[in-house]
Amino acid sequence: MPISLAARNVSHRFGNVVALDGVSIDVPAGRAVALVGESGSGKTTLLRCFNRLVEPEGGEVKVGDRDVRTQPAVQLRRGIGYVQQHGGLLPHWRVLRNVALVPVLQGMSDPLGAARQALELVGLPSGDFGSRFPHELSGGQRQRVALARSIAARPGLVLLDEPFGALDAISRGELHESFDGLRRSLSVTTLLVTHDLAEAARLADDIVVMKKGRIEQMGAMRTLITAPATEYVAQLIARARAGLEALQA
Amino acid sequence: MRRVLLLISWLLAASETMGAQSTAVASSRDNRPIVVASKPFGESYLLCEMFAQVLESRGFKVVRRPGLGATEIAFGAIRTDAIDVYPEYTGTGLVAILHDSLADSVAADPRAVFAYVARQSAQLYHVRWLPPLGFQNTYAIAVTQKTAAQHHLRTLTDLARESPHLIAGFTADFIGRSDGLVGLTRVYGIRPREVRPLAPAVKYQALAAGAVDVIDGYSTDGLLAKYDLVTLIDDRHFFPPYEASALVSRRLDQTMPAASAALTLLSDRLDEQTMRNLNRRVEVDGEDVARVARDELVVLGIVGVFRVTPNTSRGAQSGFLAYMWDRRANIVALTARHLELVGLALIAAVIVALPLGLALERTRRIAEPTIGGLGVLQTIPSIALLAFMIPLLGVGFAPALVALWLYALYPIARGTYTGVRDADPDAVSAAEALGTTPTQRLIWVRLPLAAPVIMSGIRTAAVITVGAATLAAFIGAGGLGEPIVAGLALADTRMILSGALPAALLALAVDGLLGLVERMVAPAHRRGTFWRRPATTRSS
Repeated sequence: MPISLAARNVSHRFGNVVALDGVSIDVPAGRAVALVGESGSGKTTLLRCFNRLVEPEGGEVKVGDRDVRTQPAVQLRRGIGYVQQHGGLLPHWRVLRNVALVPVLQGMSDPLGAARQALELVGLPSGDFGSRFPHELSGGQRQRVALARSIAARPGLVLLDEPFGALDAISRGELHESFDGLRRSLSVTTLLVTHDLAEAARLADDIVVMKKGRIEQMGAMRTLITAPATEYVAQLIARARAGLEALQA
Repeated sequence: MRRVLLLISWLLAASETMGAQSTAVASSRDNRPIVVASKPFGESYLLCEMFAQVLESRGFKVVRRPGLGATEIAFGAIRTDAIDVYPEYTGTGLVAILHDSLADSVAADPRAVFAYVARQSAQLYHVRWLPPLGFQNTYAIAVTQKTAAQHHLRTLTDLARESPHLIAGFTADFIGRSDGLVGLTRVYGIRPREVRPLAPAVKYQALAAGAVDVIDGYSTDGLLAKYDLVTLIDDRHFFPPYEASALVSRRLDQTMPAASAALTLLSDRLDEQTMRNLNRRVEVDGEDVARVARDELVVLGIVGVFRVTPNTSRGAQSGFLAYMWDRRANIVALTARHLELVGLALIAAVIVALPLGLALERTRRIAEPTIGGLGVLQTIPSIALLAFMIPLLGVGFAPALVALWLYALYPIARGTYTGVRDADPDAVSAAEALGTTPTQRLIWVRLPLAAPVIMSGIRTAAVITVGAATLAAFIGAGGLGEPIVAGLALADTRMILSGALPAALLALAVDGLLGLVERMVAPAHRRGTFWRRPATTRSS
C-alpha cells in the first residue's frame, strides 16, 4: 500500500547554517515527487526528515498519517525503502544477502525468497548475480541491487537520494527506464532527490524546486515551464533547455 | 579502567601466590626461598652468585634475580622486600641512595663512611648493611696509554685541563649521578667535548677502538688490566670510598637472622687483588660465573668441595652454534618464559583495549584525548616504567607483565578505534537508513570491515611486546632478556646473541603468524586475494 507524506513548516539548522526554513509539502499516496535544487538547497535534509536520519528543530513531519516521532526510528526506517548515491551495499556480503537485509530485519518468513523476487524485478536474475560480491558488479548493476534492496520488503514508500548521480549516461538511462516501470507496477510513493531537472521530469509526477532551504515552486513540469514562479525557476529551465538545444543543433 | 587495573593486579598477585606455594617445598629452615639479586655488571653478578652459594651451602633455598636495572631498581626492590639481598657499595649508598655528602675528614675514612651509611639506611629505609666484604671498588676514570702520553694525563686535574679536546664514554648511571660526571664537573671542572652514554660492556671496546678517549670503570674491573689502561688519580679526593657489602632487607634480617649470619661469613674475606682476579676470570677469560664463585668459596673454606663441575669456560675454540646447542634447554626455557610474558600481556591488552576502542567510537569527543593518553604511556622509557612498578608489585613477573600490558594498549585501542570509525561509511550509513540498530551495525558491518585494521594493531602490539619483554630482565622477570643483560654485564657477545637472536626470530615468527591471522579475518570479499590488491569497491 502506498503511503502519503507531509511536512508542515519544517525548519532545521546545522550549526549556524539554515538547511530548512519553514518548508511544507504534501505527497499523496502513490505519487512520485522530485526534490530539485543545487547543493545546499536543503533537498537532502528534507528527504532525511522522513526516515528520521534528520530530526528537524521545528515543524511536523508525517509518514502515513502519523507523526514520525511517534514510533522508534529503527521501526520507521524498516518500513521505508532507501537508496543513496553510492548504493551503500555492504561490501563483505553477497548480493542476495544484501537484498535480504530488510526482510530479515522485519522478520519475514522467507527473506531470501523476497530478495530473489526483488532482484528479478530490477533485472538481475538471482541465479547469476545473487552469489556475487558488490565489487564484482558494474556501477549500474550495484545501483540496481541497491534498488532491489530498497523494495525487497515491499515498502509503501521509497526515498531516493541522488540514486543515479554517480552513473554514466547510458547506465543512467537504462536505470531510469526500469525504475519508472518498477514504481508503477509496485504502486509505491517515491520521493527523489536530484540536481538534474531532466531526470526529475523523466521520473516524477510533481517537481519541488528548492533554494537555500525554501521552496521556490512546486507543481507538474508543464506548470514550471509555462509559469515559472520565480526568476530562479525560470533560469533553471532555461539552462536545461539550452543544454537540450545544443544537442539538437 | 582503574577497576580493570585492580582486577589484573589482583589476578597477578593470586597467580604469584599460587606459584610460590607450589615451588616452596618445605626446607629444613624456612619455607620461603631467599631472593638474591645483583645489578647489571660483572662483579655484581659474581658477588650475587657467591651470596647464593653461601646460603645454599647452609641449607637455605635461593632464588637468583641477577641483573636488576640499576641502583634505583635494585634499591627500590630491597626497600620494598621484593628481594632479600644484593651487593652494594657504601659510596653509592651515600651519594645515590641517601643523596648525602660528608665533610672531607669523614669522607676520606672508609670505616666512618660505612658507619654513617649503615646507620642512615637503617633509620630511613630499614635495610641493613652487613659488615663490608673487604675490598673497595671505586670509580676509575681511565684512558689509554697513548692518550695519557699525548695529553700528559696523570690526574683528574690534568683531565680537566684537556677535557675540551676529549670525547667521554660514560655509563648512563655515571652521567646522571652526583658522584659521577655531575660532581666531576663541579669539583674539577671536567667538561668533555662530547659525552656518549655507553653500556658497561662496550665502553672498554669503544675506548680500545678509539671511538672515545676516556671512560668510567671500576677499580676492580678485570678489563682495566687487559687493555693496559691508565687510571687517573683522584687528586682532590672527590670519590667517596666504595666499600662492597651485602645489603640485606629488613624482612630477611628479622625473619631469617641465620641467613644474615651466613652471609657475614664473607665479611672481610675478599681483598681487591682477589676481586680483580675473579673479575678477570669472568669478564676476560669468559669463565662461568657459578664456577668462579664456587672456586673462591672453596679457597676461602666457606663451602666444601663436594661436586666437581666440568670447566664450562667459553673458550674461543668452541663455535657459536656449539655454544647455542649446549645451552639449548636453557634457551627453550627462556623462550617459553618470554612467550608467556608476551602472550599474557597481549591477551590482557586485547581484553581491555578492544572494547575501549569500540566504546570510544561511540563517544568520539573523548576518543582522541583518551588514545593520546595511552600514546603518552608509550613514551615512558621502559626502564622508568619498570622502576615505577617496583613499589606496587615488587620485582619479577608481575610488574613486567603490567608494564608490557600498558605498552600494548595503545596500538590495539588505536587500531580498533580507527578501523571501526573508518569502516566503509557508505555501507554504514545505508545500514542505518534501512533500520539496523547500532549493535547490528557494529556486528554486521563495522567489526567485519574493521577486522584487518584491528588485527594489524594487535600484530604491532605483539611485535613491540616481544622486543620490550627483553627489558623485563632488568627487574628479574626472566625471558630472553636474561642472557642479553647478563652478556652485557659480563662483556660476553655470545651470551648476548643467545638471547638476542631467539628474540629477533620470535619477533619475526609472531609477526608472520599474526599476518596470517590478519588475512584470515579479512572481510569475505577480500579473502582469496593473497597475492594482489583487492579490487576497489567503488567505480567513482
